[in-house]
Parts: sequence; structure tokens; C-alpha cells
Amino acid sequence: MNSAANEKTGISRRDFLGLASLGTAILSGLAVIAGIFRMSKPNVRYEESTRFKIGKPENFPVGTVKKLDDRGVFIFSTDDGLHAISSVCTHLGCIVALTETGFQCPCHGSKYNGNGKVIGGPAPRNLAWLEISRHVDGSLVVDTAKEIPAGTKFKLAV
Amino acid sequence: MSEMNHKGIDAFKENLKSIGASLAGSLFRSGRPASDRSRAAAMFNNFFLHVQGVKTHINTLRPAYTFGLGIASLFLLLITILSGVLLMIYYNPSIENAYNTVKDITYVVFGGKLIRNIHKWAGEGMIIFVMLHMARVFYTGSYKRGREFNWVIGIMLLVLTFGINLSGYMLPWDQLSYWALVIVANIIQSPKEITDSLGITQYFDIGGFSKEFFLGGLAAGKESLTRVYLLHIMLFPIFLFLFLGMHFWRIRKDGGLTKPEGFEPAGGDTNLVTFPEKRGGIFPTNKTYGLMELAHGRTPAVDRDVENTVLSWPNLLVAEVAVFFLCLAGVVAYAFHINAPLKELANPLIPENPAKAPWYFLGLQELLSYSAFMGGVGLPGLALLGLALIPYLDREQHHAGVWFTGGQGKSVALQALAAGTVVLLGLLAFVIGFGWFRNWWPNIPQLLIVLVNPGTIWVGFICVVGPYH
Ligand code: HEM
Ligand code: FES
Repeated sequence: MNSAANEKTGISRRDFLGLASLGTAILSGLAVIAGIFRMSKPNVRYEESTRFKIGKPENFPVGTVKKLDDRGVFIFSTDDGLHAISSVCTHLGCIVALTETGFQCPCHGSKYNGNGKVIGGPAPRNLAWLEISRHVDGSLVVDTAKEIPAGTKFKLAV
Repeated sequence: MSEMNHKGIDAFKENLKSIGASLAGSLFRSGRPASDRSRAAAMFNNFFLHVQGVKTHINTLRPAYTFGLGIASLFLLLITILSGVLLMIYYNPSIENAYNTVKDITYVVFGGKLIRNIHKWAGEGMIIFVMLHMARVFYTGSYKRGREFNWVIGIMLLVLTFGINLSGYMLPWDQLSYWALVIVANIIQSPKEITDSLGITQYFDIGGFSKEFFLGGLAAGKESLTRVYLLHIMLFPIFLFLFLGMHFWRIRKDGGLTKPEGFEPAGGDTNLVTFPEKRGGIFPTNKTYGLMELAHGRTPAVDRDVENTVLSWPNLLVAEVAVFFLCLAGVVAYAFHINAPLKELANPLIPENPAKAPWYFLGLQELLSYSAFMGGVGLPGLALLGLALIPYLDREQHHAGVWFTGGQGKSVALQALAAGTVVLLGLLAFVIGFGWFRNWWPNIPQLLIVLVNPGTIWVGFICVVGPYH
């Protein structure tokens, strides 16, 4: 019985047990490493929420730009609605400044056009357009963790 | 009865009187070294000295061979550790307190400013000395003949030295710290440039994952400072000690430092070292074979050259003590006059402009302004890999232990330096004068920007031209 099994698999019981324990040891090791990574990812973040209220729609008259520096966003108000563009440079995270043609980063000179598209410098990605929504109390809410396709406007119901 | 008492008390008095001598005797078991035998015992009976051999080769003791650069790096490390422990008395690694405690250390604590300066300058001095030490090892071909892996360990030590310095830079939580942290976090995130270009970021966001792992959150904040502190005072030092232990152990097993083949003592050496009282005796002049050396295969201590060695006590120790005091004096004098910088409290709203990397990363910072990934991950990785592979690419086993392998090597080294510098300056001048890809073709794919920039071109040039030498 035993020797028959040996012939079929071509591996002795001793080798099989050895390999099996080695495999188990490696798998448990990997599981422990995965656990350490998981442990170091906080379950609760005591950071500021990525969602925040920016006030009533009336505060954003058409044709204005508001720079919310501490939140790292620009709020644009145009004829077709509101949109929020992140002011965090996609290169190394400096805060970009508004220029006549778009945005410019003071750190390594990345340039973006009015829609946040990269037109110069080292920035690898366009500035993010961020989701705007409406809270039940009527004020507007921006979420810096929710990126939306460029060009999406938030329309105020009339 | 009372007489006996007297005797006991007298004996006790005697013991008390000699306590100093007997304590010293138990501490330094071999007594004051007076003969060659006790000088040898002084080395191998002492915990701190037994790491070194009882005898040292004359070549090793010539100041212009090593310039004491490795040992100077070690002493700077010791100074950094000691001053760092003192700083820890007051430093508090929380974003509410870090800046204020560093400010207190600088302006309120007695001696705090000096200790902080010493810590800062000894730490950064390590970078200079470790690099010079590496250059010495390289130009004397000392990564050869069994020392290949010790060179690789050396590269780890170099990386750890940079890591400890950079993590320390972030601890004061001033503007420099904060923006360095933000930039490093974004470099860690930069593999996103590649995954984005390939369109696989949704499935495999290694950049985002690593950034969150490093920061302990999505943005630089309190968790991040805790983690950087952990790296600075625990993880990096533990690995540094581990690798240092291996570094020194291997030097010992390799039979000490490299020395030229067919070494002959020169006239000047007699001014430098004291030769043993007599040759022969317990120190045979001809090579003896230990059991290990009779075994097959390449053995440790292969190129021991017994004739041209002298006792480490006092020859080596005197040299080391001299280097130590030079280091200490240099650091204290520098720290006395030059203050470690402390900017305003970290402010996430106002980027430091220009966001200044510490001086030892200025080169990298320049590369970063083409592509965060190439400059911060790709090129440094390639450079380190290239450095680590040197002993495995250069298999030539001769000429180890001589500066520039004699005269010809010197001119090659100079040519390489000149060519590299010219091409580098040319590239920089070109970029400053004419701009780079995106100024010409704004829609160029990011992958091209990552792969082709002055940094990669320069490395390419070195790779193509290098092997011809
Ligand atoms: C924390 C950093 C380091 C310390 C404290 C250190 C210390 C030392 C010391 C004390 C020596 C004895 C000889 C001498 O002083 O030159 C030595 C030798 C050596 N080091 Fe380092 N070292 C460090 C980093 C490095 C680096 C970055 C490399 C290369 C990449 C390296 C490669 C070597 C090699 C190959 C030897 C043997 C040299 C020979 O046999 O002649 N070390 N090191
Ligand atoms: S951070 Fe904006 S260009 Fe570098």
C-alpha cells in the first residue's frame, strides 16, 4: 500500500512531511507578516474628516472662486453650476496657486490649465475634481477622498 | 578573645585598603601590559577590544591607507547615540509638543543647544565620513578577495545612515520637517505614476498602500510622527547595529584589512609603530596553519601576512584614540559655533518655498523635479543596485590593497570623474536653457516623462561608457 503510493507520487513519506511542514511554516510566516501590515493600518483615524461642509449655496455667487486653503480645495461657481478642484499638487503635495490661465505650483513649477489638466512641469496627474453634495440642512459638502471625472458640475436645483 | 577580634579587624582594614587594586584586578584580569604576552592578553581579555585582532598589519596602521575613515564613522555614530539619548530626556514625539520641546531644548534647557547641535552635526558628519570611507574602500580595491559581501553590508549601512538622518530631520516638526515628510510620503506614493500609466491602480495600488503604511493615515499627521520617531530611534538603529556587527566580524574573519601583495615595511614605518620585543616565541614569524585552514575550500583569514604585523596594543589603540579625539574635537568645535536650524512650526497651508531637502538629498531633489518616481525611487534604486554589484562585476582579484591600483587606475578615475561631470553639467545647462519634454509637447504620456529625463540619460551614459574603461 505504502510503497504503491510511493511509486505513484515519486515522493517518500519523509520528504512529503518535510515539504508539508516547510510549506505550513512559510504560509504561517506570510500570514503573520500580513497581520503586522494590517495591524499598522489604523481602524480609527483621528484625522480630520475628508468630508466637510462649505456653507450654503448662496455663499457662492456665480463667477466667483473661493480658495479654502485649510481644506486644500478651490470652489468654482460658474453658470452651469459649482465644481471643486483640489489645490494639492499631484507631484509632491505642495499647495498650488491660482493664476490667470489656471494653476501653478510654487515648488517645482508644475502648471495646470483652468480645468486642472497638467500642461507643464513634473506633475504626473491632473488636479482632482472633488465630489460636491448637499447636506440635509441645505449646506454643501465636499469630500476630498471622492474624485469625480473632470467636467462634472454640481447643479443647484432651482 | 579581644586579640582575635583585633586580628579580624586588621585583616578587614587591609582588604578595604586594597579594594581599589583588587577591583581593578578583577576588571582587567591581565594587569598592566608590560610584556608582549600581556599586551596580547590585554586585547583578547577585554570585551571591547577582543573584536580586534591581537596583532595588526603595518599597512593598516599607515595613516594614508585608511585615513581612519571607517573608525571615524563609528565614533561619530557613538557621539550621535549619546547625544541622542540626552535629547530624548526632553523631546516628546507628538505633533502638539514636538516643536515646543525642541524649542525648549534649544533655548531653555541647560546645555540643550550644544547637545542638539552635536547630535545634528555628528549625524550629518556620518554621511560625509561613510561616503569617504566607501570611496577609500573602492579606490583601494578593498571590496575584493573575500570581502565582496562586506561591501554589500556596507551599502546597507550607507542606506541606514541616510535613513536615520532623514527621519531625524522630520522630528522637530517645523516647516522643514513637515514638508520633507510630505515630499517623502509622495515619493513613497509615486509608483502610482507607473500603475496609473498602465491603468492598473484600481487593482494594485502599491503606491497608495505604502504611503498609508508610512503615514499611518491619508495625510501627514500625528500617526506619521510616531512612525517616523519609531524608525529614527528603534528600527533603523537596530538594523544599523546588526549590520555593523556583521561588518566588523567579517573584517576580522577576512584577516584584517586588505594589504598589497608582497608588502614590504618601509623606513617610515619604524617612526609609526613599535615592533614586538622579539620575533618568534609565542608569535611565530612564519605562518602557522589552524585546523580551519587545512580544511577544503576558501577559508576565512585567507591573506594573513604574519611577518608584517605588530601588536595591536598599543599600536592600533593609540591610532584609534587619536581618531576618536579628533572626531570629538571637530564635532564639538563645529557644534559650538554653528546652530542646527529650527524654522517656524509646521504649517500645512504654506509650503516651504523652495521646499528644501536636506543638503545630502539636494541631488535627488533636482531629479525629483522631473519625475517623483524616477527621481525618488527608480534612479536611487538603480544607483544602489549598481553600487552593490560592483564587487560581482569587477572580478579581477589583483591589485587589492593599493590606492588606485597603482598609477593607471588614477588616470582612469580622473577621466571618469571628468566625463561624468561634463555630461551632467551639459544636461543641466540644456534643461535650464531649453526646458524639457512637457514644455514642447504638453500632451506627452507620463510614462515617457518618467523614463526619459536628464537623470536617466546620465545613468544610461555611465552604463554605456563605463565598461569601456
Ligand atoms: C555606518 C557606516 C560604516 C562604519 C561605521 C564602517 C566601519 C568600518 C571600519 C571601522 C572599517 C575598518 C577599516 C577602515 O577604517 O577603513 C571598515 C572596513 C570596511 N568597510 Fe566599512 N563602515 C561603514 C560603512 C561602509 C560602507 C558604506 C561600505 C561600502 C559600501 C563599507 C565597506 C567596507 C569594506 C569592504 C571594509 C574592508 C576594507 C578592507 O578590507 O580594507 N563600509 N568599515
Ligand atoms: S510639488 Fe508641485 S511641482 Fe512639485
